[in-house]
Amino acid sequence: MFADFDFEVIVRSLPYLFYDGMTFTLMLTALATCGGIFFGTLLAMMRLSGFAPLSLPAASYVNLMRSVPLVLVIFWFYFLVPFIGQWVTGASQPIQVGAFVSSLVTFTLFEAAYFAEIMRAGIQSIPRGQVGAAQALGMTYLQTMGYIVLPQAFRNMLPVLLTQTIVLFQDTSLVYVLSITDFLGAASKIAQRDGRLVEMYLFAALVYFVISFVASLLVRRLQRRVAIIR
Amino acid sequence: MNYHWNWGIFFQTSPDGVHTYLETLLLGTGWTLATALSAWCLALGMGSLVGVIRTTPHLWLVRLGNAYVEVFRNIPLLVQMFLWYFVLPELLPVWAGDWLKQLPDASFYTAVVSLGFYTSARVAEQVRAGILSLARGQGWAALALGLTRTQAYIYVLLPMAYRIILPPLTSEFLNIIKNSAVALTIGLMELTARARAMQEFSFQVFEAFTAATVIYIIINIIVTFGMRWVERRSAVPGFIGAAPAAAATH
Repeated sequence: MFADFDFEVIVRSLPYLFYDGMTFTLMLTALATCGGIFFGTLLAMMRLSGFAPLSLPAASYVNLMRSVPLVLVIFWFYFLVPFIGQWVTGASQPIQVGAFVSSLVTFTLFEAAYFAEIMRAGIQSIPRGQVGAAQALGMTYLQTMGYIVLPQAFRNMLPVLLTQTIVLFQDTSLVYVLSITDFLGAASKIAQRDGRLVEMYLFAALVYFVISFVASLLVRRLQRRVAIIR
Repeated sequence: MNYHWNWGIFFQTSPDGVHTYLETLLLGTGWTLATALSAWCLALGMGSLVGVIRTTPHLWLVRLGNAYVEVFRNIPLLVQMFLWYFVLPELLPVWAGDWLKQLPDASFYTAVVSLGFYTSARVAEQVRAGILSLARGQGWAALALGLTRTQAYIYVLLPMAYRIILPPLTSEFLNIIKNSAVALTIGLMELTARARAMQEFSFQVFEAFTAATVIYIIINIIVTFGMRWVERRSAVPGFIGAAPAAAATH
């Protein structure tokens, strides 16, 4: 069964897999997480504002993104981003954006909807009395959010945010549909070039498993450490 | 914007010469639903089994269940699909591998199996959380009444657990519909793949993707309302809705 298993092909392609592929995957994961948490927090604050012109668009955006498959969203933005770029810069033609920018925009905006739901739960987990107390001290809305509510919401939701980041890390493999050289894309290119599907896909699965599994163990440990004892 | 909108495109004949583009999208919707529903049966069956064995007192069964969940949760769905589609036939004996490769609709069966197992790990987590959220006394009471352990699970613990985890199960069901789009990578002509094909043949990118988006939203709304109805019908009197299940989401 594993008699003609060729470890050589894996060793030979390690630099390409990790230097080209994994760098792309990790960069995309890191930047999309930061962007997603930033926009997600804004969306959550908009949604909880109780001011319909803000909360309705935020709720519709979150529900729209959460009801559509990620693959479809990747296709959408792949074709939409050049037009958005044209509209923003006022160019006469749809502007060309690279694979990285296109997928970064896609994942930031898509994951923002999921991070928004997490942050909404986090903000709602703060007792209402704290907001009242902050206002009684004369704090503005932004001060209340920035100094009182959001720091605690982040702390409460940190394990969930990190778990979502692991999901995001796995989801970035879907840029395969745009033939981008992320980690899986690199593995699949070697697999098809050398006719070594079994070795490359098993190795890719192993790498994804090890990274996600170790990360989830770390999250579990962190969860015990940051838990606020009430 | 120099994009030429043409909403009439849906009623033009697609390259297969028989169906209009709208009909190809609806055919794709059929495949999406068929894949999702078949995979859901597998996910619910395997997920319940694994979820249950993780709550038994047998240490090795619990470890086996934990390993199962970790494996299927920590490998991206796309990679799992490639493993089932490209790698499995090579690892089997030659006759079995050839039979798998020549199977008509191989991509459909592969999609069902990989989606089913992938989702079963998530279902298992929820079934376990549901069972553990029940008061310990319920299981003991069932045993004290003379039920065997299997009977206690089937007649006492699981009927309660399923009702408690209905909301997270609903979102898993919505996820399996959305995740079925990943099967386009192994050649399943489901809804997203049809929209993609329509875009390639007609160059009407945004019309094609808008239509697919609208269909997904409609499916979502129908499932959400259907499950709310099921939740109301199956609610256990005396319990506060499904509030405790929130703990099971992560």
